[in-house]
Amino acid sequence: MRISDVAQFASGSLRGSPTRTVLMMLAMSIGVAAVVVLTALGEGARRYVVDQFSSLGTNLVIVLPGRTETAGVGPGLMSGQTPREITLDDAKAILRSHAVKRIAPLTIGSASISHEALNREAVVLGSTFDLLGVRQMSIGIGEFLPAGDIHETASVCVLGNRIKHELFGNEQAVGQWVRLGDRRFRVVGVLASQGESMGFRTDDLVIVPVASAHQLFNTSGLFRVLVEAKSRDYIEQAKKDAEEIMVLRHGGERDVTVITQDAVLQTFDRILTALTMAVGGIAAISLAVAGVLIMNVMLIAVAQRVKEIGLLKALGAAPAQIRRLFFAEAALLSGVGCVAGLVLGYAGSFVIGRIYPALPVSPPWWAVLAAVITALGAGILFSVWPARRAARLDPVTALAGR
Amino acid sequence: MIELNQVSRIFSVGDQQVAALRNIDLNIAAGDYVSVMGPSGSGKSTLLNIIGLLDRPSSGSYKLDGGNVTALDDIQQARVRSEKIGFVFQAFHLVPRLTAAMNIELPMVLAGISPEERKVRVAQLVDNYGLKDRADHRPDQLSGGQRQRVAIARATSMNPAVLLADEPTGNLDQATGKEVMHLLEKLVEQNVALVLVTHDPVLGGRAHRQIHMVDGKIVSETGRSE
Repeated sequence: MRISDVAQFASGSLRGSPTRTVLMMLAMSIGVAAVVVLTALGEGARRYVVDQFSSLGTNLVIVLPGRTETAGVGPGLMSGQTPREITLDDAKAILRSHAVKRIAPLTIGSASISHEALNREAVVLGSTFDLLGVRQMSIGIGEFLPAGDIHETASVCVLGNRIKHELFGNEQAVGQWVRLGDRRFRVVGVLASQGESMGFRTDDLVIVPVASAHQLFNTSGLFRVLVEAKSRDYIEQAKKDAEEIMVLRHGGERDVTVITQDAVLQTFDRILTALTMAVGGIAAISLAVAGVLIMNVMLIAVAQRVKEIGLLKALGAAPAQIRRLFFAEAALLSGVGCVAGLVLGYAGSFVIGRIYPALPVSPPWWAVLAAVITALGAGILFSVWPARRAARLDPVTALAGR
Repeated sequence: MIELNQVSRIFSVGDQQVAALRNIDLNIAAGDYVSVMGPSGSGKSTLLNIIGLLDRPSSGSYKLDGGNVTALDDIQQARVRSEKIGFVFQAFHLVPRLTAAMNIELPMVLAGISPEERKVRVAQLVDNYGLKDRADHRPDQLSGGQRQRVAIARATSMNPAVLLADEPTGNLDQATGKEVMHLLEKLVEQNVALVLVTHDPVLGGRAHRQIHMVDGKIVSETGRSE
């Protein structure tokens, strides 16, 4: 018997009982759609969290002065010395590591900022041009700090969105002068409104060149050095290099702390992936149920078509052919149900994506693949028994319809 | 062509043994027209099923075209049925969802004959059995006589050597029954061996050889013998 004939015969017998066929396909497609939609939601949540984290800057390693963990009592501590500060040259030295793409030193302080009669306290951040890329900030109007040597001072500043509005209202701010502490700075840019990240509201920040900030606050130490690794794979290397460089420059003393943002992110990633898989697994149970339903319906089909099976045998069908016919029927049933389920699932994900635009809803490929395989597997596996039962029927009793 | 030698068929009903056939010896040659008659329960249908390889004898041997077919396995028997044996049933046994033409085509589909060849042969058969304007109708749209004509066309589609008919006119009125019998008898002229099971003596009397069975035994045989 030809494959095309088998397919045609099977589809013919499916069309012969449309209600049963449609209901079965519905059960199958709901199962598949459930897996697709639920994993899409889980994956969406995971991507949402990951996106939130990477908005803080990706592949970030943070160097801060002082040692937060206790590792014995060092000679510095014995003599009552405070840990050495991180200087601009220290920060620049970290760039020597081949794992590091760029760095942004941070100095932080507060000063009063005034324009004409308006005056307020503001957090002043001293940094360099690279901060924009490292922290993934975006400029609303104008430009960021000028690129140049880390030691270069310049009387320019970038305002956070809210500060700009408080000082200038709806007026043009770029090009105007503001007074910061006892110095005058020209506004070169305004940050796009970004909200809170890593403890700062960027909207309330005033950013100036790091060297100028040091002059303003009369300090030389850095609050943090943000180090961006070349890629995710380089994070560990960058962390190690930064530590080594600092130890080397601080006379063999380990007096800085280096932390990675990636560790936190990975934990979230793992938790949410596990959650997605769990939800997908629960949905997959409905697929198994659909498989059992298919078995039930196929068994009924065998019982209903006993005469037909007897006839096929009388007409010269071998047991294997009968098995193949019922197999093909089950495969067709679960196959079409599966396709319908995928369509339904993707449509559902699309609708959810429209309702919650913040959630990047998209079913992960592994879940879709697993759903398809489970659906087809269950359909075909559960048809083995009915098909065998059909093939084993005694033609004489079958023809008599007993 | 058909040689039954001491064939018995014993059914177990509960813990009782019921013999449907007892030591049957029967030879049927190509072109023979044999009717098997007897009261119900005499074993006529069992005999037909054994000849048609739908049932296996409990003892004895059955040779078809010189080969011992009782020794064949299910797959080989299925092939012999496909190539050499045609069935015509009292209840027609057409597949209800298939058209007349598709029912006629079915044995050829199962045998794996190419669609092009099937088409030619189905057209021929539809023509031969006067079903031309009924070919695309489903069985429930056909009259009894037409249904049985479809069944006969189907039974002959693989050009079998043996045609087994179990009360082929049982569900038909007399006129259409006669018409069907003519069609079957025409096949005998084409050297097909026809075995007809019936309990109607008038119908059975038309056959060249008439076998009477009682309680699983052949009690008499009349007519031409070869």
